[in-house]
Amino acid sequence: MANFYTDNENLKFHLTHPLMEKIVKLKENNYAEKDLHDYAPLDHEDAIDSYDKVLEIIGEISGDIVGPNAESVDHEGPQLIDNEVVYARGTQENYDALVKAGMIGMSLPRQYGGLNFPFVPYVMSAEIVSRADAGFANIWGLQDCAETIHEFGSEEIKNEYLPRFNQGATAAMDLTEPDAGSDLQAVQLKATLDSSSGIWYLDGVKRFITNGDADISLVLARSEANTSDARGLSLFVYDRSHKAVKIRRIENKLGIKGSPTCELVFKNAPAKLIGDTKMGLIKYVMSLMNSARLGVGAQSVGIAEAAWREALKYAQEREQFGKAIIQYPAVYEMITNMKVKTDAIRSLLYETARFVDIYKAYTFAGHDRKLEQSERDEYKYYLKLADVFTPLLKLFSSEYCNQIAYDALQIHGGTGYMKDFPVERIYRDARITTIYEGTSQLQVVAAIRGVGNGAYVKAMKAYDEINVKPELQYMKSVLEKMTDQFAKTVEKVNEFDDNEYLDYHARRLVEMAGNTIMGYLLLLDANRSEVYTNSADIFIRMARAENIAKVGFINQSHPKDLGAYKQV
Amino acid sequence: MSFRIIVLAKQVPDTRNVGKDAMKADGTVNRAALPAIFNPEDLHALELALRVKDQRTDCEVIVLTMGPFRAAEIIREAMYRGADKGYLITDRKFAGSDTLATSYAISLAVKKLEPYHLVISGRQAIDGDTAQVGPQTAEKLNIPQVTYAEEIPQVTDKHIVVKRRLEQGIEIVKAPLPLAITVHSSAPACRQRVAKLLMKYKHARTITELQNEVKDYTELYNQRPYLQIDEWTVDDLNADTSMLGLSGSPTKVKKIENVVFAHKDSKVISSSDEDIDNLMKELIDSHIIG
Repeated sequence: MANFYTDNENLKFHLTHPLMEKIVKLKENNYAEKDLHDYAPLDHEDAIDSYDKVLEIIGEISGDIVGPNAESVDHEGPQLIDNEVVYARGTQENYDALVKAGMIGMSLPRQYGGLNFPFVPYVMSAEIVSRADAGFANIWGLQDCAETIHEFGSEEIKNEYLPRFNQGATAAMDLTEPDAGSDLQAVQLKATLDSSSGIWYLDGVKRFITNGDADISLVLARSEANTSDARGLSLFVYDRSHKAVKIRRIENKLGIKGSPTCELVFKNAPAKLIGDTKMGLIKYVMSLMNSARLGVGAQSVGIAEAAWREALKYAQEREQFGKAIIQYPAVYEMITNMKVKTDAIRSLLYETARFVDIYKAYTFAGHDRKLEQSERDEYKYYLKLADVFTPLLKLFSSEYCNQIAYDALQIHGGTGYMKDFPVERIYRDARITTIYEGTSQLQVVAAIRGVGNGAYVKAMKAYDEINVKPELQYMKSVLEKMTDQFAKTVEKVNEFDDNEYLDYHARRLVEMAGNTIMGYLLLLDANRSEVYTNSADIFIRMARAENIAKVGFINQSHPKDLGAYKQV
Repeated sequence: MSFRIIVLAKQVPDTRNVGKDAMKADGTVNRAALPAIFNPEDLHALELALRVKDQRTDCEVIVLTMGPFRAAEIIREAMYRGADKGYLITDRKFAGSDTLATSYAISLAVKKLEPYHLVISGRQAIDGDTAQVGPQTAEKLNIPQVTYAEEIPQVTDKHIVVKRRLEQGIEIVKAPLPLAITVHSSAPACRQRVAKLLMKYKHARTITELQNEVKDYTELYNQRPYLQIDEWTVDDLNADTSMLGLSGSPTKVKKIENVVFAHKDSKVISSSDEDIDNLMKELIDSHIIG
């Protein structure tokens, strides 16, 4: 009888953000399908009401089925039987319930059986499912692959594959190889075209593939012989029914144990090309990875929410020295900081999702008609924002969710270290988020561009132009100082004109930007609802102090210091 | 001719989550303090009906409920899960009906929906726990009944096989159609609401609800007949008013006793053999066990 949507009012708050009016109108092409499909929205209000009600179903399935199954799924895990991955009992039950409720292919257009949901409610669903079971959220979340097929696949491929998602097809994205992890340019799996039949054949090994035995797999492969970089890679879609892939093993992992991570051997496996050759990594996988990073953002927020709730419950119930431990400053400060950080990354998550929504909607509109100049300008504006916000989101949400899970376990004391409470699973599950879909270190590499080209400062300034209530003005003044301090520190690092030195400080600079941006987001949340005033106040104080410390460190450093780090 | 299943469902106060305001001072249920929900065993009944529909292409599931205007909510809830249509029996003249008067009204409504193959309901409602309405309706319709159903392993146009959950085991019976079935809580849980059905049917309204809507959906309602939930009154059913409401209800509440468990009623029993012996004897004497 639990509902992970209705018991968390933050979600509805973000669902009803003012920018949603624009997003839904674009996504629904001005509600053009209302007479074509009986489940298409009539207008904005009706669309939001539909999202709200569908999220309630997701919340119920997550609270009543996925959540209660999480422990047994973690213990049981998937098995490899006769070259097939067999999910844990609970995993299968979760998946079946979500398929029957129609929650696969949520963002696909209705013509392919989808719900045509924008990213915001789709990402919200991912957050809700992740709170119940982060490992299961991967299996469910791989429906992202449908979005890539939809965006880049031919009509033939779209008609063949997309309708299968809503009927319950599982998906995988096969990118990583033993020697191609963070560096995907090194992918070796070979794709050979049989020119007589027009069919491609795949040969080689993929490693660490989540849900590797899926019905539909997107495979990154080298289609251009004698190449060794990204320009020789193309993206393919492989159908499991060909039975041309051997599953070597399922990895034994620290966390997300319900999610099968496979090593695969492709042996002359027939596949179809997505889009054009040579664009596989450069264009299609980059887009796929951006969705996946948004997905990890949602997963991280879900894990943070779960961890915080476990900690709060325990701290209220556990008594020591004659009172509940939450009454001690050391504990209530931790609990509150966990909540504040969760509010911050959630705000960043939905802000990023909104940016992605708008630029994606224009992308698809551009396929059907010529965009107006003003629309093209908006497209570019939001695309740029999505590009710089996505790595920031992936970095902060995953790092915070680990900190929150760490603190949640700490609050449980010795009990938390035992297998008796969900918090130990949450702690293990959290650990992967800073690693997969690009490590935190790689997110910094992606985000530093936004530091260099002024995109973050521009975003901060744009937030600053929004008027806030007088009682919140003091926070805005602090954020203005932080913006100024950030810009000056970037200049100071750049004065040395030394790339290695910039890389050395990159994380500090990116974190300064993130602290300021999340501060602004919480301020604007507080401006819209006083519920967030406390979180905004605490976060901005914390962020200010952190940025001052970073500036202190940067100001007393010099490029010649790097030598000291090279001695080990 | 389609295979028609009529699901009898009731909106009930959620007595499983009772707070301190659940009862009024006079000992009756404080309906305002409890959320109104789909009676749990009726949800199991709906699931069995939908499973028959899953197997047949010609099956139609109709939900019939009797209650105040807001009971239309459970018809929508059924539609979100796969029911095709719903009827709400509602009239002030039904107020105060006991199980006899209720089953009379329901049987008239079911007759209006002839020809039907199955009438299926939960075994009992959590507010009254009588388990009488299903069987009484079958009697009034003059059709056979199978109670305590858990599963429907087989359905043909002529007969049905039902697995019954009894206290001491299970019983598998074959019965002719049309038939009334009451469903036990050991039957499979009802499926989740389906996203597309929810979005399709969320504007389904009775005419009374439509008139009270803040936004005017009349045009949509007229364009899409599947959004219309019919209301049936005493007149629509051609019912004899003397058999309805309080006058048609021989059940009279004689007395309501408010039992309050107070601390003084507790007794501390040690783990000695003698104390445990005495406890067992006391439990046997008072017929709590044995």
